Amino acid sequence: MLDSVFDDVKRMNKRQFIYQVLSFGMIVSSALMIWKGLMVVTGSESPIVVVLSGSMEPAFHRGDLLFLTNYPEEPVRVGEIVVFKVEGRDIPIVHRVLKLHEKNNGTVKFLTKGDNNSVDDRGLYAQGQLWLTKKDVVGRARGFLPYVGMVTIYMNEYPKFKFAVLACLAVYVLVHRE
Amino acid sequence: MNTVKVVVKNVPDYGASREKNDLGYLTFDLKTDLSNLFNWNVKQLFLYLTAEYITPANELNQVVLWDKIILRGENALLDFKNMNIKYYFWDDGNGLKGHNNVTLTLSWNIIPNAGLLPNIQAIGQHSFKFPTEYTQTRV
Repeated sequence: MLDSVFDDVKRMNKRQFIYQVLSFGMIVSSALMIWKGLMVVTGSESPIVVVLSGSMEPAFHRGDLLFLTNYPEEPVRVGEIVVFKVEGRDIPIVHRVLKLHEKNNGTVKFLTKGDNNSVDDRGLYAQGQLWLTKKDVVGRARGFLPYVGMVTIYMNEYPKFKFAVLACLAVYVLVHRE
Repeated sequence: MNTVKVVVKNVPDYGASREKNDLGYLTFDLKTDLSNLFNWNVKQLFLYLTAEYITPANELNQVVLWDKIILRGENALLDFKNMNIKYYFWDDGNGLKGHNNVTLTLSWNIIPNAGLLPNIQAIGQHSFKFPTEYTQTRV
């Protein structure tokens, strides 16, 4: 099988090979375009996130996929599930808004809590931070797809698996001819 | 449809914390039937009781006082009498004493097996007043 693959590559001339490289590049760039397009449509810097912890169980488990929107004109309200970033932590957190205070000039501060945690999130925030504000929010959870995110978790935990998948895809695209 | 009745029974209130803020306390009755919300694509309901009010400091305050997770297959016919609130009812300042219009509403967030995550507010709400004096007793 492998022999025939290399046979294929050998039989291609230079022009055909470059053509395949270009179409591979097109696939990569359209994937990026879709991601950037989603960023524009949803207003969120990260429109799809994978749940990494069990703090929202039994609603969300590790490896579930969430679709986010972040429209500035839509106000944050209590009971919504928000994804937020805390200074000094790389990984965004997915938790529910527990209480909220909105001033006359439109500034909002709110406190979050994980459904599966017994206390609110003040212990998770940066030192001395008591409230979240709008600028901490990455997005609001709007859609849910279970398990799908496990693939990316495996990829991050086992880099060999990631490279194997990427190599397979690259070989397939380069060699495949319609 | 679901009818929701919320009654507040007793409302003492006192100030505390490093900066003194108003802390409300109450118990409530809640009777509702949510069993018709469940279908094949409802994994879980996240039920929450919100107190909403206006103070001079803030034009909107929302505080979740109580919540409950109902998984599919669990009893969704709720009838609570004299329930304690689950979370502290802290105001952002001192706006609770003598406040005469705090509204309690019941809402839920539907968690599907796969799909959208809507937040829905129940029909029916309840408004109550806080006393005009701080209580000295422990609650």
